[in-house]
Amino acid sequence: MNFTNFGRYILLLKAAFRKPEKWSIYLKAIFQQMNFIGLGSLGLISIISTFIGAVMTLQIAFQLVSDFIPKSIIGSVNRDSTILELSPTISAIVLAGKIGSAISSEIGTMRVTEQIDALEIMGINAPGYLILPKILAGITMVPILVIFSMVLSITGGYIGGTLSGAVTANEYIQGITTDFNPYTITVALVKAFVFGFIITSVPAYEGFYVKGGALEVAQASTRAVVISCISILACDYIVTQLLL
Amino acid sequence: MIEIKDIHKSFGDNEVLKGISGKFEPGVTNLIIGGSGSGKTTLLKCMIGLHHPEQGSVMYDGREFTQLNTEERIEIRKEIGMLFQGSALFDSMTVEENIMFPLNMFTDQTRSEKLDRVNFCLDRVNLEGRNKLFPAELSGGMKKRVGIARAIAMNPKYLFCDEPNSGLDPKTSIVIDELIKEITEEYNTTTIVVTHDMNSVMGIGDHILFLHEGKKFWEGSNKEIAKTDVPELNDFVFASRFMKAAKDKL
Repeated sequence: MNFTNFGRYILLLKAAFRKPEKWSIYLKAIFQQMNFIGLGSLGLISIISTFIGAVMTLQIAFQLVSDFIPKSIIGSVNRDSTILELSPTISAIVLAGKIGSAISSEIGTMRVTEQIDALEIMGINAPGYLILPKILAGITMVPILVIFSMVLSITGGYIGGTLSGAVTANEYIQGITTDFNPYTITVALVKAFVFGFIITSVPAYEGFYVKGGALEVAQASTRAVVISCISILACDYIVTQLLL
Repeated sequence: MIEIKDIHKSFGDNEVLKGISGKFEPGVTNLIIGGSGSGKTTLLKCMIGLHHPEQGSVMYDGREFTQLNTEERIEIRKEIGMLFQGSALFDSMTVEENIMFPLNMFTDQTRSEKLDRVNFCLDRVNLEGRNKLFPAELSGGMKKRVGIARAIAMNPKYLFCDEPNSGLDPKTSIVIDELIKEITEEYNTTTIVVTHDMNSVMGIGDHILFLHEGKKFWEGSNKEIAKTDVPELNDFVFASRFMKAAKDKL
């Protein structure tokens, strides 16, 4: 995204955040998007988080082979890595693929089939009607999905660790409850909020300015996912640097 | 009435519109005709504000559209109905929801009042009872008719139609043309139709503006068009073998 595109992105966001024509219609659209982003992604996030938690436990156990290190450490390392990094970032990258491509192709198709022109001719603020509900749903639902992901990932670590014998149930529970710093949850939720904004706004921008036909819509969709992923990783670093 | 004065529009080095002026009266079907690339769709988009002309003015009953701020433009756009070339129906909505959409957005009518209006509009385009169908379930002609129903839902003062007959069979084209003409006369709307379909030109062209290479070459009615001696217009009008044969017989 060069400076011209960044400027257009900011102007589009400014238009998207203009006062809605009718709140009741926007609220309906927000709930629809919350359903799509939140409930629609719950299954995928659950599967990915559970397996990542289980694999993390096994890998930490594999690396911490020493009589001087208590096995409960496996639980605490898994807990902190999950909360601070894996749940927010992996969830966001997965969601960028799933939701980002859907948003970009939906809005892009509306652009090439003149549906966005139709909205504008009716006197409707097209960026507001199409993008604002998605952004509001994203910044609300992504943090909720990340909380689910944290719980399931730590549970997955428990299941994976105890089934494989890498750690006992008591050791794992002792690990995840010892020296817990609630501030890590705050950091994770700030990240999730930022990622939710990126996952919805960047693909919306890419879709909104598509020119051409089906090929360009597909290219915009790919570009949206790539730029979203890079932005997520860059913002992950910035937020971590600022908050920790 | 819509009046355009000296409209210029370029895309990069390509000057598409080279100073076009004209007046479009209410209650008659105004046609903008011309070959592909003549600038007729660009002119239409300049008139409704989807393109911004570099020079010239667009007046809606004395209101200078190009000089208005966003809010004032939105107010004028609420008076505009538009039929798009590809119908531009919202895929995710049923026929009923498509037509009800502007009513939901801009009126405080009750649901039953809005439903009455939807049914009236559908009845007007001979699609009664098709409320619950999605655009994907409609034929090309039905989509156009739903597009017209949505365009007239808000009782527009100005009706724009971009290539209303493209992709339709001749019989359905005539149905769409007649519907546009009836609505124009019935509601006294200022209707502007962009087309290159000669059946439309001869059938409903009360007032015609012919564009060629971004310039206005001729203005008149369908009764005068066959008698013109403008070579560019003759090339356009009598391009088809059928029209040429008809002219030779006259």
